[in-house]
Amino acid sequence: MALAIGIILGCCALGAGICMGIGAIGPGIGEGSAVAKACEAIGRQPESKGSVTSTMIMGCAIAETTGIYSLVVAILLIFVAPNIFVNILKSAM
Amino acid sequence: MEQKMNIRFKITDVLYLIGAVLPFVFCMVLKILTNTPSEGINITGAMIYFTIPMPLQNLLITEAQINSWAVIISIFFLCLYFTHGLSVKANLKRQIIAEWIVEKTQSLVSTNMGDFFKGYAPFIAAIMGISAFSSLMALLGLYAPTSDINIVGGWAILTFALITYYKLKGGLGNYLKGFTEPIFVMLPLNILGEVATPVSMAFRHYGNVLSGSVIAVLIASALQGLSNLVFGWLPGILGDIPFLQVGLPAVLSVYFDIFSGCMQAYIFAMLTMLNISGGFPQDEYEKRLLKKQSKKNKKINSKI
Repeated sequence: MALAIGIILGCCALGAGICMGIGAIGPGIGEGSAVAKACEAIGRQPESKGSVTSTMIMGCAIAETTGIYSLVVAILLIFVAPNIFVNILKSAM
Repeated sequence: MEQKMNIRFKITDVLYLIGAVLPFVFCMVLKILTNTPSEGINITGAMIYFTIPMPLQNLLITEAQINSWAVIISIFFLCLYFTHGLSVKANLKRQIIAEWIVEKTQSLVSTNMGDFFKGYAPFIAAIMGISAFSSLMALLGLYAPTSDINIVGGWAILTFALITYYKLKGGLGNYLKGFTEPIFVMLPLNILGEVATPVSMAFRHYGNVLSGSVIAVLIASALQGLSNLVFGWLPGILGDIPFLQVGLPAVLSVYFDIFSGCMQAYIFAMLTMLNISGGFPQDEYEKRLLKKQSKKNKKINSKI
């Protein structure tokens, strides 16, 4: 029983780590390229700085969505899932 | 007579301001009375105050609901305060602020949604205000209603209903036909995409605010451990005081609470505007309007 609970807790922690690690790659690359392009645009046309910046922040926040999904899943795996899984295990025993 | 009016005016002002502040005080008192202090990392959802038995499922009255009602009441009294004593010549400072807010939201709505949706300015301003106030509530140490998925999910469902309503204005046939748009095989994917809009809106807002509060708790507990390590040798009660917790979390809350909260409010309002105006079939709607009018004209002509 102790071994089973240990395996559940370890797998939840491992899953949360992998989820957050892989899920952060996409938004990181996406936001980085968006900011790079915005910097290019501001360098070419300094007078359009205001509108470019606001559009960029908006786009960044939308590109962040998938990262946020993985964050929510990781939080659920760490704080919510272990209790549920252990309860299922105990009721099955 | 004038002075009497003046005194009455000032008393109403003070009453409105008290009405705007009192809900937050009430929430704080409720939190102090009900919360039990806890050691270490403790992340839980909203606290359930009491349950109301309902036929299908028990209705839970949680901290998030009470806090969001407090925000609503507070914004209501703030609006009353800002519009109190309006005159043609703006002789009060607050009238200038109120006019600035109204003009900004109207220009935002008319540039993003077009002239057909001009009447949506109050709705968008309401969404922005309630979202920003709810997120900024975390600054007072209260539970931010936006870090509960149920609250934000409710707003997203409201937006979804509006999107569908305006899509249906082009006629039911066109709405159903839109699901099989490029080819018929895309039907399940299109239905999924339709449902994904409110879900992604709700999760984006909720996840951003929740991540801020989770990181704040983690950092606070880490600082407590660090200060125990560094100042633990001090004699008596001095060794137990977490000195490093003073001030440092506040710097982080500037980003996670203020910037992120206002940002998410803006983005939620922006996506609402873009989705509502983007789904609206302008050409079909005008065609239908013309058809209806010609039918009406025919009826009137035949009667004559």
